[in-house]
Amino acid sequence: MEDSHLVELLWTTFAAFLTFATFSFLYKDNPFYKFAEHLVVGVGAGYFVVLLVLTSLKPKLWDPLLAGQWWYIIPGLLGVLMWMRFSKKVSWLSRYPIAFYIGTSGVAIPLYMYNSINRQISSTLDLSVGFGSLTAFWGIIIVIGVLTGLMYFFFSKEHKGAFGGLAKIGIYVLMLGFGASFGYTVMARISLFVQRIAFLESWGRMIGNFFS
Amino acid sequence: MKRRVPLAMVFIVSLFMVIQYFVPLDSLAWMYQYLLDWTIIIGVFALLLGIWSLWHVSYGKIKQRAENWQYSIVTLAGLFIMIISGFIPGWGNLNNYVYEHLFYYVLVPIQATMFSLLAFFISSAAFRAFRARSILASLLLFAGLVIMLRFVPMGPVSTVVADLAGWILRVPNMAAKRAIIIGIGLGAMATAFKIMFGIERSYLGRD
Amino acid sequence: MNIFEKMVGLDRRWVFLFLFVVVTGAYFFRNSFSVNVTTTREVRSIYDFVENLDPGSKILISFDYDPSSLAELHPMSRAILMQCFRKGVRVIGVTLSQYGAGMVEEAFRKFGSEADSLYNTHVEYGKDYCFIGYRPYPGFVILGMGENFRIFFPRDYYDTPLDDLPIMQGVRNYDDIEGVIAITSGTTADMWVIYGNARYNMPLALGVTGVMATDYYPYLGNAIFGLIGGWKGAAEYEKLIGEKDAATAGMPAQVAAHLTIVLFILIGNIGFLLSRRSKKTGN
Repeated sequence: MEDSHLVELLWTTFAAFLTFATFSFLYKDNPFYKFAEHLVVGVGAGYFVVLLVLTSLKPKLWDPLLAGQWWYIIPGLLGVLMWMRFSKKVSWLSRYPIAFYIGTSGVAIPLYMYNSINRQISSTLDLSVGFGSLTAFWGIIIVIGVLTGLMYFFFSKEHKGAFGGLAKIGIYVLMLGFGASFGYTVMARISLFVQRIAFLESWGRMIGNFFS
Repeated sequence: MKRRVPLAMVFIVSLFMVIQYFVPLDSLAWMYQYLLDWTIIIGVFALLLGIWSLWHVSYGKIKQRAENWQYSIVTLAGLFIMIISGFIPGWGNLNNYVYEHLFYYVLVPIQATMFSLLAFFISSAAFRAFRARSILASLLLFAGLVIMLRFVPMGPVSTVVADLAGWILRVPNMAAKRAIIIGIGLGAMATAFKIMFGIERSYLGRD
Repeated sequence: MNIFEKMVGLDRRWVFLFLFVVVTGAYFFRNSFSVNVTTTREVRSIYDFVENLDPGSKILISFDYDPSSLAELHPMSRAILMQCFRKGVRVIGVTLSQYGAGMVEEAFRKFGSEADSLYNTHVEYGKDYCFIGYRPYPGFVILGMGENFRIFFPRDYYDTPLDDLPIMQGVRNYDDIEGVIAITSGTTADMWVIYGNARYNMPLALGVTGVMATDYYPYLGNAIFGLIGGWKGAAEYEKLIGEKDAATAGMPAQVAAHLTIVLFILIGNIGFLLSRRSKKTGN
């Protein structure tokens, strides 16, 4: 057996050990789980630091500055001001980069207006997009569902009388939607577990191959 | 300087970002591209703040010999091994042996397994908490069961369940989620305008 | 206290053990029974989109997921990449997820070599596919790529200038590619819809985790042309490309787990109804 196979087997065995260590939490919290939990925080943070510096700071700040694009000093300086939060005296300086960031987020205003309001309303009113053979009928049901759902979220008016009745229809529609989400969530969670079983099976096969 | 300048900055920058959407001028597009670029650079510094906090908390635990302080050594060891492997001159890059192997054989299995634990918690929750106590809970239960059973082989019933699941997804679910999207959209717009005009200023913190 | 209530009162670790045994057993005996996966039109429309592209066409695939959701999204990535490599459709890869770079590298490396051996192709970096890298703050990155890929990605993940990659020749922004498929977990999917499609109107499809799937139905037809939801969606895509892999292999375990959870719900509810009736009758 080649050395590279042995090394790969050792790494995979370590990964399997960490998998079992994490699963052990199902029995109860224990040192193995704590070890895995703390290790992943450190490794994950370290991975992210290197990634940020080498793929974001270097090409986006360091390289342009070295190439003489001096104006990149402005975002660099604003970025450094973010770190002033640690000083009680000058922590207010960190408001500048935060303000800049929040300001640029203003780009979302027209996009939300178009995407979440205009186009959702026009799609709702398009009765050709319904379901099955009774397209228009289900299209109208969708319109009623959207309107009553919105009424349920309208808390400035007390949910009483006719308005309360409509809001009640709204919450029924919302519950069906949440139920659908629950059904999908079960599938999602089981998938994650099945994938770990698949990994352990491949590890077992690897060990079998190594010793045969 | 402490409050007015940031407030003015938010107003001017956000107004510009709105205007550039409606006015297709090359000069505005040029500025817009720079603003996007700079936002990311500033943001990277903010993300690195989080790493400093992790170091600060872990080091503090070790120094004070707080409960389970030994595990903070594991955290810091993981952090520094990754950082050193990434930055060693001449060797340090995103594809070095240590950096890659710790990612694939440590981070991936732990993170994937941690989230897979949720499969067990959701099953336990289904056992204990998912009850048809009212009409609302019954509707939730009904929709959940139909979606769960939609790919379970049950002979001729399967087609009916699959059709029903399709109806739930494309009619009531569509209406419910659309109402939520429109609601969030309206809320987001209102908040954005409040921030833009300086009515909402909690992001500035206290003096 | 009736038997059902007693069962519900059991230590939850028995519930865990039961699920563990059922799912593991069903997974190991997966070849003993098959699950017929019916395809849905939201998945078929993505398959048709790729299938109708000419060889040499370019698409952007955004692999926005971490190891925490690789179980659901990696099979989707595989199925779509295999179809692209088989068709000769060129893929520009990007990730907007903090641990996504490792996922993308593995996907291209593993599925590229699988495509080579299965279809007798020679999938080449820079020509057939590329990985431009990762940047934080997805909303801004999506907007930036809509102007010019080079704003945020002057070089690819391996530090090669973008202009030196043959696949990136003549590609400035979304206008120069056929469309975007975002395989994504978390809010990045919303950002692709809001900052990507709403702003630049490029054809967009989403592959999302099961938890998120139902939230994106309202966008079907107005913002996205297709939607792959979770493990079943991935199994549908595997069926469409005619290659059964991880998602299909896991379907028997999925069925067993779902039946178990339905059984749990039924036991809990029968116990609840019986106890409510006995309270009403005063016994």
